[in-house]
Amino acid sequence: MEILELGKIGLLIGFLLVIVGFWGVLQQKNIIKIIVSFTILNTGINLVMVALGYVKGRTAPIIDSSVEQIGNNNVINAIVDPVPQALVLTAIVIGFGVTALLLAYAMKLFKAKKSLEINDFNDLKW
Amino acid sequence: MLRNFLIALVLASFGFIFYNLYNSYEPHTELTGIAAHYAENGASEVGAANLVTAVVVSYRSFDTLGEITILFLTAAIISFFLKLSKEDEEKVIIHRGTSELLKTASQLLVPIMFLFGIYVFLNGHLTPGGGFQGGAIIASAIVLAIMANPNMTINHSVIIWVESLSGVSVVLIGVLGILLGGGFLDTTLDGYGLGEFGTIFSAGTIPVIYSLVGLKVGAELSNILNMYQKSQKEA
Repeated sequence: MEILELGKIGLLIGFLLVIVGFWGVLQQKNIIKIIVSFTILNTGINLVMVALGYVKGRTAPIIDSSVEQIGNNNVINAIVDPVPQALVLTAIVIGFGVTALLLAYAMKLFKAKKSLEINDFNDLKW
Repeated sequence: MLRNFLIALVLASFGFIFYNLYNSYEPHTELTGIAAHYAENGASEVGAANLVTAVVVSYRSFDTLGEITILFLTAAIISFFLKLSKEDEEKVIIHRGTSELLKTASQLLVPIMFLFGIYVFLNGHLTPGGGFQGGAIIASAIVLAIMANPNMTINHSVIIWVESLSGVSVVLIGVLGILLGGGFLDTTLDGYGLGEFGTIFSAGTIPVIYSLVGLKVGAELSNILNMYQKSQKEA
């Protein structure tokens, strides 16, 4: 069996986490578990984005002594793509904001019905 | 039964899409387009050793300004949403005492975590890290302190002042970019210089901006934690 390279491993694990997160959001009944599944989904998508920027055999986009060893002082031949990493940094912060809001809503919902089971909130169901 | 079947169907179709995406994915062998420009000119144009920081704070700084705004918005919505009434605010809840282990460990760890957070955001342009990461580390120190001592109160006015002052300063430094640099949020100001590459005083105004962002994020996350902690008083 051939050995997968790092970028493909990242992609594979990212896709698996996305599927696990979707399963949790659809299947779980507890609101806190749904929020946790949501963050797993979020992590999976971030991992896929970082993995897409990977270039085989290269180092992190930080200019230091490892750049000299790998690319003979030529930065463009030594580093992976910095743009997806910068985008993921933004995505993590947005994901944090959404998770914080979800938790605040969960606290309010618990105060209203003293329950975190999604089936107890059937006021709008017909 | 039908529900489980539908869920399995959705997941299977996602799996199918991802399988095809994964199979048709061909790894890059070279940097192209904008990434190549950043790699080639990042050191001379911005002066930051960490190119991700150069992209986040200088090339795409509008993005970062938007991020800061979104975090502020989140904190504002949560404080509006979890607002306590007057009588709830004065209520005192007696918490169960926490374990001796946690208390002693937190006394040792909280100052070190604060220091590490400050280190991470001061060195954001040299090492992996930056304002958002440093702020998150500071907030996790506050989580530990609250867990060790649930009756702890956080001084609200200090948080508000740190948060608003650092937020306003980031925008003011951005405006300075119009006057002295190439445009709004430009980090290379004329007369300020780039400094020696790879030292802490380099990369123009990036260390200043990232330290302010770190303080702001730390204060904002602590504010959100404070809201969660206080909303326990609501019966």
